[in-house]
Amino acid sequence: MTGPLLEIRRLSTHYVSARGTRVTRAVDDVTLSLDQGQTLGIVGESGSGKTTLALTLLRMLPPAARIVSGEIMFEGVDLRKKSESEMRRIRGKRIAMILQDPMASLNPLFTVGDQVAEPIRVHEGATRGKAWTRATELLKAVRIAAPERRVREYPHQLSGGMRQRIVGAIAISCEPRVLIADEPTTSLDLTIQAQYLKLLRDLQRSHNLALIFITHNLGIVAKMCDQVAVMYAGRLVEAGPVKQIYNSPAHPYTQALLESIPRLGDSRKRLTAIDGQPPDPSAPPPGCAFHPRCPKIMDRCRTEAPPEFGVADAQTSRCWLSAPMNAARG
Amino acid sequence: MKKFIIKRLGLALISLFLLSLTIFLLMRVTGDPAVLLAEPGASQADLDAIRAQFGLDRPLYVQYVSFITHLIRGDFGQSFYYRTDVFELYMSRLPASLLLAAAAMTFSLVVGIPTGIVAAVRVNQWWDSIGKVFALLGLSMPSFWVGLVMILFFSVYLGWLPSSGSGTVLHLIMPSIALGWVFAASHMRLTRSSMLEVLGSEYVKLARLKGLPEALVISKHAFKNALIPVLTLAGINLVIMVNVAVVVETVFAWPGVGRLLFEGIAFRDFPVVQATVLLGGVMIVVVNLLVDILYAVIDPRIRYEG
Amino acid sequence: MNGSAANSRSASVILTLPSRLAFIRMEGFPLVPIAILTGILLVAIFANVIAPHNPEVGVLGDRFRPPAWQANGTVDHLLGTDHLGRDVLSRLIFGARISVIVGLMVVIVAGAVGTGLGIISGYMGRWIDQVIMRLTDAWLALPALTFAIFLAAIIGPSATNIIIILALVYWTRYARVIRGEVLSIRERDFVRLAVVAGCSKWKIMRKHILPNVINSAIVLATLQLGQVIIAEAALSFLGVGVPPPQPAWGLMLADGKKGLMAGYWWLTVLPGSCIMLMVLSANLLGDWLRVKFDPQLRQL
Repeated sequence: MTGPLLEIRRLSTHYVSARGTRVTRAVDDVTLSLDQGQTLGIVGESGSGKTTLALTLLRMLPPAARIVSGEIMFEGVDLRKKSESEMRRIRGKRIAMILQDPMASLNPLFTVGDQVAEPIRVHEGATRGKAWTRATELLKAVRIAAPERRVREYPHQLSGGMRQRIVGAIAISCEPRVLIADEPTTSLDLTIQAQYLKLLRDLQRSHNLALIFITHNLGIVAKMCDQVAVMYAGRLVEAGPVKQIYNSPAHPYTQALLESIPRLGDSRKRLTAIDGQPPDPSAPPPGCAFHPRCPKIMDRCRTEAPPEFGVADAQTSRCWLSAPMNAARG
Repeated sequence: MKKFIIKRLGLALISLFLLSLTIFLLMRVTGDPAVLLAEPGASQADLDAIRAQFGLDRPLYVQYVSFITHLIRGDFGQSFYYRTDVFELYMSRLPASLLLAAAAMTFSLVVGIPTGIVAAVRVNQWWDSIGKVFALLGLSMPSFWVGLVMILFFSVYLGWLPSSGSGTVLHLIMPSIALGWVFAASHMRLTRSSMLEVLGSEYVKLARLKGLPEALVISKHAFKNALIPVLTLAGINLVIMVNVAVVVETVFAWPGVGRLLFEGIAFRDFPVVQATVLLGGVMIVVVNLLVDILYAVIDPRIRYEG
Repeated sequence: MNGSAANSRSASVILTLPSRLAFIRMEGFPLVPIAILTGILLVAIFANVIAPHNPEVGVLGDRFRPPAWQANGTVDHLLGTDHLGRDVLSRLIFGARISVIVGLMVVIVAGAVGTGLGIISGYMGRWIDQVIMRLTDAWLALPALTFAIFLAAIIGPSATNIIIILALVYWTRYARVIRGEVLSIRERDFVRLAVVAGCSKWKIMRKHILPNVINSAIVLATLQLGQVIIAEAALSFLGVGVPPPQPAWGLMLADGKKGLMAGYWWLTVLPGSCIMLMVLSANLLGDWLRVKFDPQLRQL
């Protein structure tokens, strides 16, 4: 297959309020691409549009939201052009997603096995018995002890870490090509988090998944991801290889994010947070959305929204500071 | 599971105790119990005889013990009007009330649940608005008025249905609709809100993310979860129906325990009134207990919490 | 401290009059229900002036007259007469007075008792809470209507007795809901500050807790008003409510049943419509209040 596995071009998703008066640009002109076997981290504060982006990919937006422009190229085909029933065949089977709260994600009235077997039965038409066997194997694959017993149990009988593994098992049950993980470790205990991340990484390698990891935690991104995309107020402000961006961030927001991570042995005595709050998504400031909080603000930033500029190899930054002498990248 | 049942049983017994105590005290405390226990038109000598017979001069707790022992033995006294054992009288009328309640409950569920589900799935659209209006009307119209208007319409004007008595299915139609109407509205409301809550839950979201067809998401994942609170309510409502049916049974001259209560009042037949209230309360407690247990059977989480 | 500001603000919103007028422009303001309820209230207050006839006395020769627009009806009795020749319109008007009085009194008394007990139970906690809650649970286990009938049979029917009985039956709802609210308010900063400052328990309950639960109490009262009116109508219909010759709507329905098979529809349809109108308006108002003022009550 030529070209990236997943390519998002200039995608915009807007929420329109009930009376049509307020428009919230939840995702604004986002361009990303992902190859097989790669891990992309999407970073941002809450409300930056990361989850909306994931839901847009899967065309699982609430009725108030609309994809206004752009393309979602998956395996060379634009997902925006697919019908709802076609999308249903893709969800769970070719693109899977893990949600944040494992207790809430599992239906309390059905056994764990039933819920893991479900996508297998629906997408692959497997019989009950076969699907159940597959489910048990999947539980083993996500490292749950005594899978034959666990498979018959109910979600409330399992611990939080185990539940999240079940959710992972559900996700990989039909061998998807892309796995989206939306803050999968946020509700887990710290001690479990590392184990879970390792599991995800191993699963990715063994199934050759393309992994999109949504999080607000830069530390996790550093450990798990090859590429990173930083979002702010619905826009992609910086993207590129993780090592490069962590070493030399081009956008002031990324710089501030990296600086705010407390490190042991730091000479600074105080924790530096970024001043101010993220903007109201329905009424973002004119020009660059970050300008009210930007320490490197220029006059231009207040009135003109910067486009994406190429900075070094495969790294882009949406900031006037990165503007080269010649024209900006599309 | 056993622990759960025992605990619930204990609570039920406490409720029964408090119920009997309340009824007992109320009767003794408000006015002269001898007058109530004597037949209408009793002389002073009769009243004194009653006082002696029931031991109304003895200390309260002694009276209460006597009261309770009688009750446990099934002795609720004699009806003045019917001259038979009240307990037997009640039991002979109970099946009719249960039949009416069952029919009314069926009506309320058959109308209420699907309407609620449709209203939730098509939330804020036409069906939902119609459903809301229906629910509001249902909760605002007294059941006996609905019955009276139906009689006016279907018996007097159209002559299709009989206006009173029992015996055939035709006799059952109007009373069960009149009785079930209010509950249909409340079941519809609860189904709708419960369904909406479930449809917005994370596990439904995940079910959709799995790529399951929408029909399966609703029928398998949403439905069962949404139904839990509704069935609980329905169970409790069943007994409330039997008790509230007094007005509907009166309107349609339906021979149930509700009408028995009405007769008791009309004929100043106090033992009947007391027994109806007591037994009505007992039924509520028993049914609540059964509903709790049923709940535990459906929802596996409850079993382990006990 | 945000909690206390928001709470005090929402508490005073119901209590202060001037800000109430700004509501009319609020979204979904239930103008019609409030107009209807106000209308009924005015009719109740000015019944003596408005009613064309004496509601309790009738001319036997004039029995069962249909409403004015039907054959055999007269303008003198716009809505017809009943089985004793009494004017239906006048009876409906005076019946409004009964419904309003009983409804309001029950809701106020039940509300006061229930809210008071709810606050005490929620705030004092421990054994007082247990006792009050067990009492409430047991009370709720009793079949409300049947119990009301039982009480009415014992102490005899009269308007005052009905108010007492219904208040006794309905107070438990308040107690439970208010207690739940108090449990969460109890932990808020402004309450803790008052405790630290050394206020007595009673003072705290009166000054800090009460204003913050009054919203819910009022919403609950409005929602209950409809139920109370239907209950009163049912009791009167059965003969254990407001006694004749007072023109309670429920009693009119009982009388109306006598003429039902003969097709004297107005004796049934009209009083029942009045009941329905009042209950419907109360329910609509209550629903709106609940959505606007207390999202916590949405479970009801």
